[in-house]
Amino acid sequence: MRKEKKLLKKETIMQAALELFAINGFHRTTIPDIATKIGMSVGNLYNYFSSKDILAQEIIKYTSEVLGEKIKEVNQLDIGAKEKIHKIVTIYFETAKEQPEMIEYFLRVYLSNREVFADGCEGMVCVSGFITEIMIFFDDGVSKGELRNQDFFSAFGLFMGYLGGMVFLKGEGVLPKDISEYIDDIARNIYYALKV
Amino acid sequence: MGKKPKIIWLQSITCNANAHSFLNHPNLFSILSHFSLQYHPVLETSYGLKDLSELKVPCDILIIEGAIREEGWKKNDIEVAQMIRHYATRASYIITVGTCATFGGIFKQKDPKKISGFCFDNDKKTFRYDLYKEKLISLPGCPIHPEWLSYLLLMIQSKKKIPLDGMHRPRELYGYTVHNGCTRNEYFEWKVDTPGFGHKEGCLFYEQGCQAPYTHGSCNKILWNDVSSKTRIGTPCFGCTEPNFPKQNFFQTETNMGIPAQMPLGVPKRAYLMLAGVAKSFKIKRFSQTLLEYDE
Repeated sequence: MRKEKKLLKKETIMQAALELFAINGFHRTTIPDIATKIGMSVGNLYNYFSSKDILAQEIIKYTSEVLGEKIKEVNQLDIGAKEKIHKIVTIYFETAKEQPEMIEYFLRVYLSNREVFADGCEGMVCVSGFITEIMIFFDDGVSKGELRNQDFFSAFGLFMGYLGGMVFLKGEGVLPKDISEYIDDIARNIYYALKV
Repeated sequence: MGKKPKIIWLQSITCNANAHSFLNHPNLFSILSHFSLQYHPVLETSYGLKDLSELKVPCDILIIEGAIREEGWKKNDIEVAQMIRHYATRASYIITVGTCATFGGIFKQKDPKKISGFCFDNDKKTFRYDLYKEKLISLPGCPIHPEWLSYLLLMIQSKKKIPLDGMHRPRELYGYTVHNGCTRNEYFEWKVDTPGFGHKEGCLFYEQGCQAPYTHGSCNKILWNDVSSKTRIGTPCFGCTEPNFPKQNFFQTETNMGIPAQMPLGVPKRAYLMLAGVAKSFKIKRFSQTLLEYDE
């Protein structure tokens, strides 16, 4: 019970930090800012995360796990690659709409402050929850003869670079339409680019 | 069985590789001294092919080498399948030596519908399975290691229990994968490829076609010629003990977008990818240099 309570508290801290980091940036957000946002003392917050860097690393692991779990559900469905791509694009864009801080954090904190993640989040270490599910999706699509066999990063860059780019444009406020309205076209484009 | 179990070594469609491999056993004659070798295609024996084909040779242990064809493969004017039937019914043990006799192997490729292993056709049971399953022991390999057979014969001779798996392979020999004992295991753990064949460093699983992580066998535990193995010298394991041997493209790993299509035995793909992604994220200096140049 105590363990569960501690876990819940950790999640509350991570959610607050996630929002502040995504809005104000990593360097301009301080531990006291995060503590204030959730009405906790600075000293107590350090009981949960010993540094801002470690908090940042835990957040990327957490968001990667959350997104990975959603894609895992898609991977386990008995549907074709085309439908799966549509569902993955929907998940990504809906998350960008409903929890924009999550994707913003990935794009504006994780990818832009590599020095914070250099020790502890090397390579795929902190994002493996998410990347593993994309690998499973690719592997399944190729083995069923639906997707063209090619280098992993060629396909990964096309898929995730495209989605990340669209969410970045959304964040910049330059997309003329709601991001959901792009789902059909983008899913189709990705499918045509990856299919056999 | 009498004091010295009587062995018949009967060849069907074969290249003789298992018979020859067994001749490499450093203690061959000491081992054979515990048995009465009734018939062997290469060694001098009490009976010749004529006696064998007249179906009059006593037999306790029938060793079958080579793939089986019910009709159209004769020796001394008698179908080999008929000879096998005769001796298999009378023997107390039947050992299929090599992948051809066990699963069909290389010779099955000539006529896949008519040629198979004795009790297995790839991984499916043949009609003979139910007839002989009580005394069947499978020793697949292309060829078998001489010590696999000597282990088995001496276990039989000393009346010890031989635990077998679902395909009747002795667990002591095939419970391992060829990956066990490979000197490249550290490179496998850290996902470091070998730059090519014959190098001391790197793992052959990712690009060079190595099937050791999912191949049943003890090639890296019971070494060949007592000194080495394919993977130790920098050649991929071809999976020669497996029911689906031979696959194609021995020197190239089949991948789906860079992900190995076949996983290490019993390892779920998700678990493998998770670990592989993390391991690959680190650059370990020792594994990026050659064994001869690395210094702490």
